[in-house]
Amino acid sequence: MVETILAAEQTFSGSASAIGYGLAAIGPGIGIGIVVGKAIEGMTRQPEMMGVIRTNMFLGIAFTEALALIGLVAGFIFV
Amino acid sequence: MDLLASGTLPPDGFVAPGLEEFFWEPFLFEGTPFALSRWTLVLLTALGLMCLVMVKGMAKPQLVPRGMQNLVEVMIDFVRVQIVAELIGKKGAKYLPYFAALFFFILFCNSLSIVPPFFFPVTSTIAIPLLLAVVTWVLFNYVGIRKHGFFGYLKHTTMPPGVPGPMYILVIPIEFVSNILLRPITLTVRLMANMMSGHLLLGLFFAATSYLLYGAFTGESPWFTALFGVGSLVAGIGFTFFEALVIFLQAYIFTLLSAVYVGEAMAEEH
Repeated sequence: MVETILAAEQTFSGSASAIGYGLAAIGPGIGIGIVVGKAIEGMTRQPEMMGVIRTNMFLGIAFTEALALIGLVAGFIFV
Repeated sequence: MDLLASGTLPPDGFVAPGLEEFFWEPFLFEGTPFALSRWTLVLLTALGLMCLVMVKGMAKPQLVPRGMQNLVEVMIDFVRVQIVAELIGKKGAKYLPYFAALFFFILFCNSLSIVPPFFFPVTSTIAIPLLLAVVTWVLFNYVGIRKHGFFGYLKHTTMPPGVPGPMYILVIPIEFVSNILLRPITLTVRLMANMMSGHLLLGLFFAATSYLLYGAFTGESPWFTALFGVGSLVAGIGFTFFEALVIFLQAYIFTLLSAVYVGEAMAEEH
């Protein structure tokens, strides 16, 4: 069965980089969801801190999104 | 896929817009550095619009602002209060011209993605985001080196306090790559990938509308294809509104992150 799987990889007709990006986007998707969810929760608990929390939320989004972007570019780097 | 010219659906079926949407041949002054292609025309228009708005607004500044000056003041105040003052504080005031120019340049360039005659975001090709990211990178490294000295800045960036001694062997390379190498790359790719995907999706929705409706009306496809055509038209219009949000958000995030990096480089010792 291992031979079947390995042979299938050689006749793969598609783009491996697309699958790679799809897998790479799972983690940051969940991560950004958690960041924004917690930020919204914080904003509702303390409305007067809304500006600070919003700014830090964007920071958190930028850092977790970086991994998804590296996944996007990795398909082009690793030929 | 020129449906009106050929009068019939293309024989190989629907062809979605691909990467060729982003490469345009120059049609004027080829071979010179001033070659004009669709890309350069849209870029020059974005620049011209931005300069027009800013110059007309602040041509004769009054103490009590009227008309266009009001609008320009509101726009620059947005950058000054929400981005620079919140992230860097008072010392960031001297970098406000850079952040305001950055924000409005990206905003105007991105906006042409949904404005009728142009429909092309110049920032979806890597040239402009890369240039802006490199300028930001040079700026925040320069600010950091001027404040802390070269080795002091490297120490400030790569060695966060409170890490037990031997862990530094692991932490220093990670922090170096993440803070100095990856930052311009992520700035570039974030802006470019967002604009490129928005442009491709908009192109897909409207090309699909044209293909489906054309097929239904010339009778080459069954009648209910027209319903799908109308559906993709509505989806395209809805997605245009979403794209307007993405346009503003990407300009805001680029400028915000640049301000964060500059502020972090300028920060006092932890």
